[in-house]
Amino acid sequence: MGFFDKLKKINIFSTLAHLGSELNDDFYDELEESLILADTGMDVTLELVAELRRRVRTEGIKTLEEARACMCRVIADAMNVGDGALDLSTTPSVVLFIGVNGVGKTTTIGKIGAQLRHQGKKVLFCAADTFRAAAAEQLTIWAERAGVDIVKQHEGADPAAVVFDATSAARARRSDVVLVDTAGRLHNKQNLMNELNKISRVVDRELPGCARETLLVLDATTGQNGLIQAKQFQQAAGITGIVLTKLDGTAKGGIAIAIAKELGVPVKYAGVGEGIDDLKPFNAADFAQALI
Amino acid sequence: MAFEGLTEKLAAAFKKLRGKGRLSEADVKEAMREIRLALLEADVSYKVVKQFIAQVTEKAVGADVLEALSPAQMIVKIVNQELTELMGGTSAKLTIAPKPPTVVMMVGLQGAGKTTNGAKLAGMMKKQGKRPLLAACDVYRPAAIKQLEVVGEQLDVPVFQMGQIDPVDIAKAAVAHAEKHGNDMVFLDTAGRLHVDEALMDELKAIKAAVDPTEILLVVDAMIGQDAVNAAKAFDDALDINGVMLTKLDGDARGGAALSIKAVTGKPIKFVGTGEKLDQIEVFHPDRMASRILGMGDMLSLIEKA
Ligand SMILES: Nc1nc2c(ncn2[C@@H]2O[C@H](COP(=O)(O)OP(=O)(O)OP(=O)(O)O)[C@@H](O)[C@H]2O)c(=O)[nH]1
Ligand SMILES: Nc1nc2c(ncn2[C@@H]2O[C@H](COP(=O)(O)OP(=O)(O)OP(=O)(O)O)[C@@H](O)[C@H]2O)c(=O)[nH]1
Ligand SMILES: [Mg+2]
Ligand SMILES: [Mg+2]
Repeated sequence: MGFFDKLKKINIFSTLAHLGSELNDDFYDELEESLILADTGMDVTLELVAELRRRVRTEGIKTLEEARACMCRVIADAMNVGDGALDLSTTPSVVLFIGVNGVGKTTTIGKIGAQLRHQGKKVLFCAADTFRAAAAEQLTIWAERAGVDIVKQHEGADPAAVVFDATSAARARRSDVVLVDTAGRLHNKQNLMNELNKISRVVDRELPGCARETLLVLDATTGQNGLIQAKQFQQAAGITGIVLTKLDGTAKGGIAIAIAKELGVPVKYAGVGEGIDDLKPFNAADFAQALI
Repeated sequence: MAFEGLTEKLAAAFKKLRGKGRLSEADVKEAMREIRLALLEADVSYKVVKQFIAQVTEKAVGADVLEALSPAQMIVKIVNQELTELMGGTSAKLTIAPKPPTVVMMVGLQGAGKTTNGAKLAGMMKKQGKRPLLAACDVYRPAAIKQLEVVGEQLDVPVFQMGQIDPVDIAKAAVAHAEKHGNDMVFLDTAGRLHVDEALMDELKAIKAAVDPTEILLVVDAMIGQDAVNAAKAFDDALDINGVMLTKLDGDARGGAALSIKAVTGKPIKFVGTGEKLDQIEVFHPDRMASRILGMGDMLSLIEKA
């Protein structure tokens, strides 16, 4: 079962039936429209469709059905740019969750924490969002649900200090993985972006050589701003993967294609609900199927 | 694409248009290609862009180019005026109920900013001499009640909560509590939900039926893309909303949703959120939003001066 089974699919190719079976300009126009409606963006849409046209020629594709399958392959190829699995090869290893406000960072940590614990790992949550009202309380509830430990401080504490505490705790308790929650921040706020750097330096200093992941959490409803977000977070913190959340709605998350193409960063997980089990490993082929 | 890049691109395209007199169909067509791209880049709904371009083209063809302007600038001026007009309308105010309390219900997708911005509104009304009450009707999100209590305390606005019971009962009790304690406004913080979640949409309808809110405000993240129209239309169909609050405008998203949502629901955008702090709220200015969507604040101010 693919991870999009839960989602309501609107297959635009079925709405294209009125075009007949010919792969004519109307077909390509409607395809473009559907990609733009999925937030893929104009530039990437034109690139993807140009690539489809090329493959249709070289592979001798004749039918709508074949063209659809081919389009899915084009999208999946664009998105398969790296390893979907997390590198958790050291004990402890550290995963940092970053992103703009309200995208689902804290919730995703809850879900991943639960999965890792089920795999038998000893997980530690680090509540380094000390800014948002009741952020630590929210993460504490997720820690209880996932059955894992948490390190936190008072509201307004220095996030880097909480991370320092968590690295010490991880060593002392022999944790396998530390999942660090950070405050939502808009990528155009330089002071807040610099704070990520400070957090990162604490991890490097306290746990030299540890395996590290920095996941950018991206809301699937995000439009073209998503690419700018990814670029800025990439520059400030060096992202290793994307978590695409809220794919259980009607938004398709097409901006993730642009991010994968431009930054070469793979989507690693898909969030498909608010429950603890609503997180799946990302599968580009399934994603493409749901997109068009 | 960067803000500046787009402005330059438009300027470059417009350079090709020269001369004075009336705008020819060819001038307008050429410029509209770039306007269309700009609007899509700003996340205006694909269908709304289509309508808009058709409408503006009709208006622009044959228009007299003003003495001080080039045809390109003239077209931008027309586009800007049209955008501003489309996003304007009913003034950005909260309706006050003739018989208190005024009940304001905050609704929207997950993480849009309902809790924070409901609190901002309550704080703003408090400054205007009202006695608001915040009511915790989100019984699902972990620590949602606590979050509301924290922001309430920061603003010194009381928070009404009954733990995790039926939100319909909480809303009713909150209004009764307000009546009894002299709170002339009640802000209902509801849980985030997807517009396709029937059970949770029904819950909002039940709250509405139970307390007959004076205002239902849809809270929308300014970074939202093409899905804005689907969500806004569904919330409006279910609840007949009174207005929209656009949040996170302190970011660099162009916020095309402002145009799309107005176009598909006809409901005014009343307020904008411009930061995480509780005083970072402003009334909505259609003219500023128009320049922002076009990604060409500078060029427009040049035109204004002309
Ligand atoms: N439908 C749906 N909702 C989600 C998903 N992931 C998170 N949410 C909801 O989105 C809202 C925001 O989630 P949070 O985890 O608090 O987001 P955050 O990024 O930590 O937010 P800040 O810390 O305020 O920046 C909550 O209501 C979550 O329940 C998802 O995959 N699907
Ligand atoms: N930068 C910025 N952040 C905002 C703004 N409004 C809200 N936020 C942030 O967005 C995140 C989500 O805000 P909430 O008020 O919790 O959103 P919500 O809609 O109540 O979320 P749920 O209850 O989970 O559906 C928080 O991190 C807020 O601080 C704004 O105008 N600008
Ligand atoms: Mg959080
Ligand atoms: Mg809330």
